[in-house]
Amino acid sequence: MAARTERSALANWWWTIDRWMLAAIGALIVIGLVLTMAGSPPVAERLGLPPFHFVHRQALAIFPTIAVMLLVSFLTPRQVRRAALIIFVIAMGLIIAALLFGHEVKGSRRWIFGVQPSEFLKPAFVILAAWAFSEGGKRKDVPGNFLAIILLPMTIAPLILQPDFGQTLLISIVWGALFFMAGLHWFWVFGIGGAGFGGALLAYKFVPHVRARVLKFLDPGSGGGIVDTFQVDTALDSFLSGGWFGKGPGEGTVKRILPDAHTDFIFAVTGEEFGIAACLFIASIFAFVVLRGLLQASRNDDPFCRFASAGLVLMFGIQSAINMAVNLHLMPAKGMTLPFISYGGSSLISLAIGIGFLIAVTRKRPGERIIASAQAQREGRAAALKGHEAARREIYP
Amino acid sequence: MADGRETDRNLGAGPGGAPKAGSGRLKAFFVKLFSTNLGKSPLRIKLVACVFIGLYAVIAGKLIWFGLHQEPSIGSKRSGDIIAAARPDILDRNGAVLATDIKVMSVFAEPRRIIDKDEAVELLTAVLPDVDASDLRKRLGSRKGFIWVKRAVTPQQQQEVYRLGLPGVGFLPENKRVYPNGPIAAHVLGFANLDGVGISGLEKYIDGQGLADLHGAGFSLTPESLAPITTSLDLKATYAVRDELAKGVAKFKAKAGAVVILDVNTGEVVALASLPDYDPNTPADALDPNHINRVSVGVYEMGSTFKAISVAMALDQGKVNLNSRVDARSSLRYGRFTIHDFHAQNRVLTVPEVFTFSSNIGAARLALMVGVEGHKAFLRKVGQLTRLHTELPETADPLVPKNWGELNTMTIAFGQGLNVSPLQAMMAVGALANGGLLVNPTFLKRDEQAAKRNAPRVIKPETSESLRYLMRLNAEIGSAKKADIPGYFIGGKTGTADKIVHGRYAKDRVFTTFMALMPADKPKYLILTLMDEPQGLPETAGYRTAAWNSGVVTGKIIERVGPLLGLPPRFELPTQPFPLLAKLGYGMANIPQSGGREH
Repeated sequence: MAARTERSALANWWWTIDRWMLAAIGALIVIGLVLTMAGSPPVAERLGLPPFHFVHRQALAIFPTIAVMLLVSFLTPRQVRRAALIIFVIAMGLIIAALLFGHEVKGSRRWIFGVQPSEFLKPAFVILAAWAFSEGGKRKDVPGNFLAIILLPMTIAPLILQPDFGQTLLISIVWGALFFMAGLHWFWVFGIGGAGFGGALLAYKFVPHVRARVLKFLDPGSGGGIVDTFQVDTALDSFLSGGWFGKGPGEGTVKRILPDAHTDFIFAVTGEEFGIAACLFIASIFAFVVLRGLLQASRNDDPFCRFASAGLVLMFGIQSAINMAVNLHLMPAKGMTLPFISYGGSSLISLAIGIGFLIAVTRKRPGERIIASAQAQREGRAAALKGHEAARREIYP
Repeated sequence: MADGRETDRNLGAGPGGAPKAGSGRLKAFFVKLFSTNLGKSPLRIKLVACVFIGLYAVIAGKLIWFGLHQEPSIGSKRSGDIIAAARPDILDRNGAVLATDIKVMSVFAEPRRIIDKDEAVELLTAVLPDVDASDLRKRLGSRKGFIWVKRAVTPQQQQEVYRLGLPGVGFLPENKRVYPNGPIAAHVLGFANLDGVGISGLEKYIDGQGLADLHGAGFSLTPESLAPITTSLDLKATYAVRDELAKGVAKFKAKAGAVVILDVNTGEVVALASLPDYDPNTPADALDPNHINRVSVGVYEMGSTFKAISVAMALDQGKVNLNSRVDARSSLRYGRFTIHDFHAQNRVLTVPEVFTFSSNIGAARLALMVGVEGHKAFLRKVGQLTRLHTELPETADPLVPKNWGELNTMTIAFGQGLNVSPLQAMMAVGALANGGLLVNPTFLKRDEQAAKRNAPRVIKPETSESLRYLMRLNAEIGSAKKADIPGYFIGGKTGTADKIVHGRYAKDRVFTTFMALMPADKPKYLILTLMDEPQGLPETAGYRTAAWNSGVVTGKIIERVGPLLGLPPRFELPTQPFPLLAKLGYGMANIPQSGGREH
């Protein structure tokens, strides 16, 4: 790659991004393609499509994914905020259009023009929320916290109407975590926690669909007559039949009867063909991305970048954890894909935007440290001075 | 509120940012409450990271758990799609087949490969008329890869389906369970369902012995590779017993009836019939609650047959001997209850007379001599107060009175107030007869040694011989005369219990039992016949007591199955049938009372 002395935009990008993060994401994309080859042929056969139909489509989607991710990662934080605002407005418009004009698939209106706009809403929402929280913390003249608080109901209302409880849950958790990380008073941490618990309880009590799922998880027999735990049981059979090192690529048999083997339950297929060891490896990549992202975020000086990177990583982490937990029957079934591994075009592009944003906001920016330390100097604080010295040493080693 | 102060400082809100003293602390409090604190966020983010470490640790832990626990799940979960498994043959004690597997073909369809569903439904239902057309159309319309059209078709039907030439319709060989003897021994065998899973009776017992585990582990078993199960039943005797019982039930217009022949030395159930019954080849009939096994699932007040237990208890504990006398001059009063005798003699009775006249007063007085606690302990010792466990999964707990007082002891002494299963009562009477060992009944073949190895002694051999003498005496001069078939030296005891209807004893509905010991000198078989609500007939002079119905049926059964079970009639009376009693000074026991009716 470019020498460190080179000052071109590309060289600058290469030396300032988090290259470990990029490598981990690259590994996930490659693993995802391999696992799609394992998980999707039986599904394609069941649908009467050529066996590699989904593999081809996924492979084709990889190119725009990588392109979008890299392009987005070149943005400055200011551009990131603008891009997020634009994406948010467009996605919201499409979601409302889907609600009004979209046709129903499996009981909900999520699709319009071949895409699922709620997927694109997620990274944009995180950026906007991070923006609002950082402004709310920094300045008194902008009602940042107030904006952040009204952003949540605005975003999840159309999702509840779809209905899409998986995305609602995800967005609410990320929002709550952002608020928590912004330094919310402990009073509210417990207050909102209690409200969330109460909300879950109310949903259980009054939304039959949620209640049915929870009951089905706790006691499969309570569903009234027919015990339908086929999907989860089959997923567990997959892990058991795979053992530590799996049956080998293409040797899986349980996957042939596993519904959603290429999307929500691809982790189970991995367990059958590549073994529990491979599953542990994939889980460790996700853990690496999430933990590294959060630690980097905690060290980031710019509040917006800190919240944005923490929020994006959180969303990525929660999605992966929920999907794996569902596969392992630690949680009731939720329509949640495994990031970069599960099949799905909209989801890939949305993830690309999210990771692009993440890389963009975690780039090392000496300028901001200098500005910050200069401000601190004006206020005559020794602590900040030390930071300034540290920054100087970092920039001019 | 240290948090709040920190908030203000870190917010760096210029000189005017400090809360004004005048506008009140309340406002300051709310400002603190609603403002966030950027200074805290690095620590908070690390907290969130810790939560994630926990989440991923749980996921990794569950994965590792899967790696360490690799026992395959039992395949019966998806039994709808598996092929009926092989089961071992079930044989009677002489090797005759009671249940076996046969190979049959089953028709399946792959809905996704069927071109014209309506045509397929039309043609298939024409060949297989008992397949429901609308249901088949619905299932063919599903997106499943495999459905059963009909399990176990005949070879002719298979040929016809084959000739239809429908794509997406095929055959799979399966094992079908067949019970060649129909309802004979149905309650013992139970049945297995279409998938080869034992649902009741011995079939379920076999599954519990590891067969289901073998299937679950994926062993493809053939009937040839499985050792057959040899039961204790004798097919011919069971047939004869059921036949005689059916005639008896029809004649006396009883609601139900049952007969068991128990080998008192080995505990083997040699024959069992319970009517009404069902044909295990059409297992749906087994679900009718009227078709239960009355011998082990039903619990009943056994009536006077329990007097044998009471007399044995009193004799064994030395409270009385065979010459003792018991006051039965007048009815026995207890509080507002009065106990009468059915054949009231209104005099002092000897112990043998208590037995042969079936005196309620006498039995109650004998039990009172032992006392409430002693009575309970003895009944527990002979297995009447706890559930009887045999190979059959279908058993019932006895109904024991909660507050057991003197009145309970008095009524239970003559068989009212304690409900036990008939097989349970037979186990106790068998112990009274066989020399005093309580042998647990079994439905599998077993020899005497194995049976007596863990059989506890419950009464002394002398007591047992006394009981045999009393039962023999009862057959010679008492209520069991109807079953005293010449040449078999039968002993017997009748029992008639009033049934409880709407919480009170009904005078016109009875439950009759008859226990016969054959032969009484060297006991081999104990035969129990019971009838539920037999009616009085003109030829029984309107009597509906046990001797007139259960006793008569038992006599016919003895006559018919004796030779089948290797007991030909003896033409010589045993000269010393009760040697122990003779030694004890009861020489009269060996003198026939009936003046040589045996010949």
